[in-house]
Amino acid sequence: VNLICSLLLLSWWGGVQMGPPDPILGVSEAFKKDSNPKKMNLGVGAYRDDQGKPFVLSCVRKAEAIISAKQLDKEYLGIGGLAEFTKCCAQLALGNDNEVLKSGRSITVQTISGTGSLRIGGNFLSRFHAGPRDVYLPKPSWGNHTPIFRDAGMQLKAYRYYDPSTCGFDFKGALDDISKIPEQSVIMLHACAHNPTGVDPRPEQWKEISDLVKKRNLLVFFDMAYQGFASGDIDRDAWAVRYFIEQGHNILLSQSFAKNMGLYGERVGGFTVVCGDVDEAKRVESQLKILIRPIYSNPPMNGARIASTILSTPDLRSLWLEEVHGMANRIIKMREQLVAGLQKEGSTHNWQHVIDQIGMFCFTGLKPDQVERLTKEFSVYMTKDGRISMAGVTSGNVGYLAHGIHAVTK
Amino acid sequence: MSVFSEVPQAAPVAVFKLTQDFTNDQFPKKVNLGVGAYRTDDSKPWVLPVVKKVEKVIVHDDTLNHEYLPILGLPEFRSSASKIALGDDSPAIQENRVGAVQCLGGTGALKMGAEFLRRFYNGNNNTTTPVYVSAPTWENHNAVFANAGFEDVRPYKYWDAEKRGLDLAGFLGDLESCPAHSIFVLHACAHNPTGTDPTQEQWKQIAEVMMRRKLFVFFDSAYQGFASGNLEKDAWAIRYFVSLGFEMFCAQSFSKNFGLYNERVGNLTVVARDADNLKRIMSQMEKIVRTTWSNPPSQGARIVAITLNSPELFSEWKGNVKTMADRVLLMRAQLKAKLQALGTPGTWDHITEQIGMFSFTGLNPKQVEYMIKEKHIYLMASGRINMCGLTTKNIDYVAESIHEAVTQVQ
Repeated sequence: VNLICSLLLLSWWGGVQMGPPDPILGVSEAFKKDSNPKKMNLGVGAYRDDQGKPFVLSCVRKAEAIISAKQLDKEYLGIGGLAEFTKCCAQLALGNDNEVLKSGRSITVQTISGTGSLRIGGNFLSRFHAGPRDVYLPKPSWGNHTPIFRDAGMQLKAYRYYDPSTCGFDFKGALDDISKIPEQSVIMLHACAHNPTGVDPRPEQWKEISDLVKKRNLLVFFDMAYQGFASGDIDRDAWAVRYFIEQGHNILLSQSFAKNMGLYGERVGGFTVVCGDVDEAKRVESQLKILIRPIYSNPPMNGARIASTILSTPDLRSLWLEEVHGMANRIIKMREQLVAGLQKEGSTHNWQHVIDQIGMFCFTGLKPDQVERLTKEFSVYMTKDGRISMAGVTSGNVGYLAHGIHAVTK
Repeated sequence: MSVFSEVPQAAPVAVFKLTQDFTNDQFPKKVNLGVGAYRTDDSKPWVLPVVKKVEKVIVHDDTLNHEYLPILGLPEFRSSASKIALGDDSPAIQENRVGAVQCLGGTGALKMGAEFLRRFYNGNNNTTTPVYVSAPTWENHNAVFANAGFEDVRPYKYWDAEKRGLDLAGFLGDLESCPAHSIFVLHACAHNPTGTDPTQEQWKQIAEVMMRRKLFVFFDSAYQGFASGNLEKDAWAIRYFVSLGFEMFCAQSFSKNFGLYNERVGNLTVVARDADNLKRIMSQMEKIVRTTWSNPPSQGARIVAITLNSPELFSEWKGNVKTMADRVLLMRAQLKAKLQALGTPGTWDHITEQIGMFSFTGLNPKQVEYMIKEKHIYLMASGRINMCGLTTKNIDYVAESIHEAVTQVQ
């Protein structure tokens, strides 16, 4: 006790515990320390090209050159961000002809990428949502969803989503759980390329989910961090979002441009609230500004400027669509090559889910002890839940990965 | 029926509304003395020449990409930014007890510090710890700490309206009588909105009470270099407190002194008792960052880091800062001279005694209304003017208008 007292006298922070390392970023730390030349980092979800290198999109470089030539000033953006950006951002998600955009009954604010968007959304719900405090996440969900909503003042619950026995969608379980969610609760849906499983509902399944959610009178919060990145087609990837709006859900929507434009570190995102009418949208907008101002005042310009330049310049937009398609295609190819490789190794397991799953991540189905062996014996780094980032797989290392996975699962 | 139909319209943030009204005003001689951003003598925003130079370097550097920064930010930025505040040879830095969090502007740095203090200062989650902000202060200080969860944000005596200077006795009185462990937000230099700073002797008195009563020191440093034109001089108070052994936070903004307003470049410098305490503090800071914005934006931090870490560019930057500070000093001198020449009632010494971007003119709300409505000169209801809004072209009109307001409106 004396030691504690004297420590407290010396510092304000004697009682501060060491925070646990971030599980996902911790994987990268361990990877860096490994000296095995064949090591693979399948942890963080950042796209890599077929040489395993970060990829700066050509449309981004072109947009940067255009912006640089304009010699713009650096005056503060409004609290809600760059108007050209928020307009393009909403149009990208909803489609140019969407009735919601035409009527002006939605508000989109620029946010600090997907995280910032979810946090603002959580803060908004915490302050203004009259319904229950619970946000229902799919099981499993992105690891950061829970602490974000908790810090925003919400509570977390879950609905069944991933079926480990099929490595696919537990549709029956999801419907069953959703049917029991108390009215006016918030339900979070991953718009496409579910993180971490890569398992997305099929359109007919989305339709049933929409009907049920409507019946239960739930507030829908879509997280769309991979538009374009999942199938390679931006409209296809936004289908669920647009369908729900068509069906009358006034949704909340978070968007990120980290992956689909490779703008990770520029922190480009949007938060949208679809309201009942224009007046409500104006009131909601005013309150979002009140929420944002005491966090960071107004958002950063650079990334938003790049994104809006790309989206609003026809030949840059076409180039972007091509490049997004290219990234998605490379991932799809790696999925196919991984399965082919496993079959070549002689694996008798069913690896179809690797091809059926979509987007950056693959829930391999590996158990924690198998993951540990894969890391220890083969220097393949991934998260304990068996999730691999396909972006870290290349034609040069997919054979080695297949070999390692087969070794720990045979 | 919408879940948000009851959301009320929030009042707009005053300073931004003022700028909006100014923009909409058609009067040819209108003057904007509202928002705190630097303007040239042609009333234009000024992108610092050194910033233009460095931006060109960045856009042409093909080895740079847009990958995520670490959670706590760009290491080269964090260390050089802290050195700017504490001094290259700071013993605290040499003793490895200084850490930093790259944040979204000064606001973001205050937010991170506030969130940390709410969780870990004065017991865990002690939301009743009083947070003292100066009377008056930057209007967002209250909201930052309140939103971080502090229930008791109070004013400490600071501005003496009658004598138009620092109410030192009142300030010291509040320091002596406040509850133990109270947190005090101190303006490092160029107090916003009064432009009135304690002298070195006065800072010594303030520090003595804070040390004796074990109050928490939280500096807000948004104008380093901008106030006197000299970086070291403007950081004197911070360095003095560090030399006394305080554990403290310093929220730094590079919005004004680098003119990087919209890139959101800030730094929370943390001075701890020792390296062990620091390590634990930083691990907890990471958790707070992760649920707010995950990791900070890259562009602005890169510009600052490159500049501060190159002797040539650093020199050039200091010159740019002095240019801005000197223009402000010139406008102060001229405004005072003109008011004295006009024989405007009252004393106007405070205009040249005050320091930094702002001046508390002493105009009352009715006089301010006159200035806005009749003369189309926009300033804050508090009587605060942004000296950067003054130019050689409009200073006569402004001086005459102040003269009118003072003589005709009581």
